[in-house]
Amino acid sequence: MNDHATTIADGAERSPPAATSANRRRNRQRLETLRAFVLGAGFPILLILIWDRAVAMTGTRLIPSPYQVAVMMYDFSFGGVYDDAFSGTILIHVWKSVQRVYGGFFLAALIGIPLGLLIGRIKLLRQLLDPTISLLRPIPVTAWLPLSMIFFGLGPNAAIFLVFLGAFYPILLNTMFGVRSIDPRLFEAASMLGCSGAGMFRQIVLPASLPAIFSGLRIAHGFAWILIVVGEMTGVPTGLGSVVMDGRTLSRTDLVITGMIVIGACGFITDRIIVAISNHLLSWSPQHRE
Amino acid sequence: MSNADPPDILTIRGVTKGFAVGDGEVEALAPVDLTIPKSEFVCMIGASGCGKSTLLRIIAGFEEPTTGDVSIYGKPVTGPGSDRGMVFQDYALFPWMTVRQNISFGPRQRQLPREEIARITDEFVKMVGLERFADRYPNQLSGGMKQRVAIARVLANNANILLMDEPFGALDALTREQLQHELLQIWKRTGVTTIFVTHSVEEAVLLADRVLVMTAGPGRIDSDFRIDLARPRDVSSPEFNALRRDVARRLTSHLVLARA
Repeated sequence: MNDHATTIADGAERSPPAATSANRRRNRQRLETLRAFVLGAGFPILLILIWDRAVAMTGTRLIPSPYQVAVMMYDFSFGGVYDDAFSGTILIHVWKSVQRVYGGFFLAALIGIPLGLLIGRIKLLRQLLDPTISLLRPIPVTAWLPLSMIFFGLGPNAAIFLVFLGAFYPILLNTMFGVRSIDPRLFEAASMLGCSGAGMFRQIVLPASLPAIFSGLRIAHGFAWILIVVGEMTGVPTGLGSVVMDGRTLSRTDLVITGMIVIGACGFITDRIIVAISNHLLSWSPQHRE
Repeated sequence: MSNADPPDILTIRGVTKGFAVGDGEVEALAPVDLTIPKSEFVCMIGASGCGKSTLLRIIAGFEEPTTGDVSIYGKPVTGPGSDRGMVFQDYALFPWMTVRQNISFGPRQRQLPREEIARITDEFVKMVGLERFADRYPNQLSGGMKQRVAIARVLANNANILLMDEPFGALDALTREQLQHELLQIWKRTGVTTIFVTHSVEEAVLLADRVLVMTAGPGRIDSDFRIDLARPRDVSSPEFNALRRDVARRLTSHLVLARA
């Protein structure tokens, strides 16, 4: 023990001081990364342990144990355990839901961002549209479900419409807010440098409100994944929402929880992608980086 | 056009400005008449609320005068234009553009050929000594560097009147001194007509050919000092101090009067 400690101390003394401090800094960074990972991953593991103990102690049959869910997840991904209608079908369901979520999400962004820029910048449009938007916004998206079924019938289009509605307002409102909070001096500076009209939108309004647009996109993206379950509840045979609803109908709670976990993972991954894009585009603005 | 008699670049005739406050109107500027010859360095000085910034913004075309008119070489000003470049106290750089992109913004609006834009940009990046920082974003620069970019940005756009609204007010004393020196170098080199708003008597006397003292209630030009000291000026010389005292006395006499 003692010998070992002495050797390390000697080694540290012999290396040049600059290298030592660089090493120390690198080690501290590595330790910090490890710490963040252990804490971030440790908490869900703790929750799973509590879940496992709680199921075992109460002896409930209504809630499956984490192990049962893990088996279901394996079967859902690769098949070979239960070999039923859900075995090995994960990719089909994920693909269908992703298409609907991003169909609705991109449609909302495609309409919401330009409309928000225009409403934020042009007073006439604001006076024309703002009251209507304020009136429609508080209506819960789920309240549109019956109407959307009449408009789009039973099927995937109703789901896309719901996702679109849910994603549209956060994108629109954040874009409007972003435009409204641009420092008016930037417009003055741009106009004295010879910028006007459409050039002003492209070169000043859009980039200056990009931080607000991205926070709108992140919120909207969260709503989109929430609403896909509602949208896929009725009338569609595939998709993660329909898996959860089928699980409920069949009283297969392990399937319900499996579906929930997959939805969470999909949302998490795509949120990371949005954050990465936003970090890249907003590298000029350190306060908007994560 | 001989050097002895340079034509007036800026003419201000009977300009007033009123702001609506509640039901009434507050007169910010009493009728102001002013002509400024080409390449002159003019400082406007006065207590807050004397309308010096308002006058500057009217010249820039950001605000319309209530009555009267402003013209550049006889052509009336109707809005912001690239012949007049404003340098704001809080810089107003485009934060999503690098130093180079900020400086090239004006030339890019004029859709010059690519090589021409690059040449102009390099020239002005160099003029303000920011070659090593050309690819940085504004938030990675010090206050002094940001103000250099703001100056280069309007000069790169061929502005022939430089409007500066307390441009060095937010800088520390050392940086301020350095930038005053650099501004004079640039002014000498380019001959750009400069209207510089400040609340520092020393800064005004150090920089200007002509100091306009403005007074409030409503804002007007009270006195017009010629500063004929040779440059570089020695702030500790008796002549400098005599002028500084004269300007300061004009300025404070009104403050005392207003209080009485």
